[in-house]
Amino acid sequence: MTGLISEELLTNIGRQSKPQREIVTRRDIRKYAVATGNRQRKYLDGDVAPPMFHVPLFWDVVELDQLTPDGVSIDTLLPKFPLERAMAGGLDIEYLEPIRPGDWLTSVRTLTAIYEKAGRSGSLIFYEIVMDIRNDDEELVIREKTTRILR
Amino acid sequence: MNPAPEVGVVLPERQYTPDNVQLMLYNAALWNGHRIHFDLPYATEVEGYPGLVLAGPMLGDWLHQLVDEWLGDAGMITSVSYSNRGATYVGETLTATATITTFDAASGALEIDVAICNEAGESVAPGTIGAQIFMVSD
Repeated sequence: MTGLISEELLTNIGRQSKPQREIVTRRDIRKYAVATGNRQRKYLDGDVAPPMFHVPLFWDVVELDQLTPDGVSIDTLLPKFPLERAMAGGLDIEYLEPIRPGDWLTSVRTLTAIYEKAGRSGSLIFYEIVMDIRNDDEELVIREKTTRILR
Repeated sequence: MNPAPEVGVVLPERQYTPDNVQLMLYNAALWNGHRIHFDLPYATEVEGYPGLVLAGPMLGDWLHQLVDEWLGDAGMITSVSYSNRGATYVGETLTATATITTFDAASGALEIDVAICNEAGESVAPGTIGAQIFMVSD
C-alpha cells in the first residue's frame, strides 16, 4: 500500500445496502428491449427478460432533490474516497436463472474491495461492488461485480 | 445455430447508430438523469465532450445481442465480463463483433470474445461472454 488508502477507509469493506425488492413487468422488459435495439421477439414482447435487464430494474430511484446538478444520484454505499474522478470501469455478470414477468427479485449490494494501484500518471483507487439478485425462493438469479477506478 | 459453434468462428457483425431518441429512451428505462446523455449544451460546454455521450451499459447490452441472437433457443449466455474503455457519442456508428475462442463439444460450454468498435476501429468495450449450448439428452 502506498498511502492513499487509510485503515479507516478499509473498514468500509463489507458494507451492505438495504435489500431492494422489485417486480418484473412485461412493460418494463418491452421498454428496455426497444430502447436497446433488441431484435428478438421474445424480448420485444416481454415474454422473458434479455441479459442486463437487471440494470434498469435495480437502477436507484431517488427524488429530484437528491440528484447532483449534473443529474446523477449519489451512491450511498460508497465512503468518501481521497480520489474523486471516476474513470471507466468494468462489469462481471453471472446469469444463473431466467427472469420473467411477475418475478419478484431482491438485490443486495456489498462493497467488497478497495485497493490501490500505480497508474501512468499517479495512483489509482479501485473499488468493487457485488450485487446479488435473488428470487423469492432465495435462489441466486444474477451476480454482478462492478469495478470502478478513481483517479 | 448458424454458423455452427467452432473455435475461430466469427459471428455476423451488427452496426448500431443510436440517435437522441434511442439514447433518451434507454436512459428513461433506467431512470438515469445524467445530463451528459441528453443535455447537449451541458455535455459540450460544461463537460467538454464533443457531443451527447452514449451510456456505457447500453454498449454492454449490445455485446450480448450478437451472441444471444446466434444462440437463439439452443443455448443461453451464462456470463459476461467487459469494460468501457472510451466515450462514444450520438452520431457515431458502432460495430459489435464476436469470435468464438473456446468450445467444449462435450459440455456445450463456449467462450466468445466480444467487442464494440468505433469508426476508427478502436475497441471501446472489449469483453468475454460465456455461453452454454443446451445438450439434447435422448
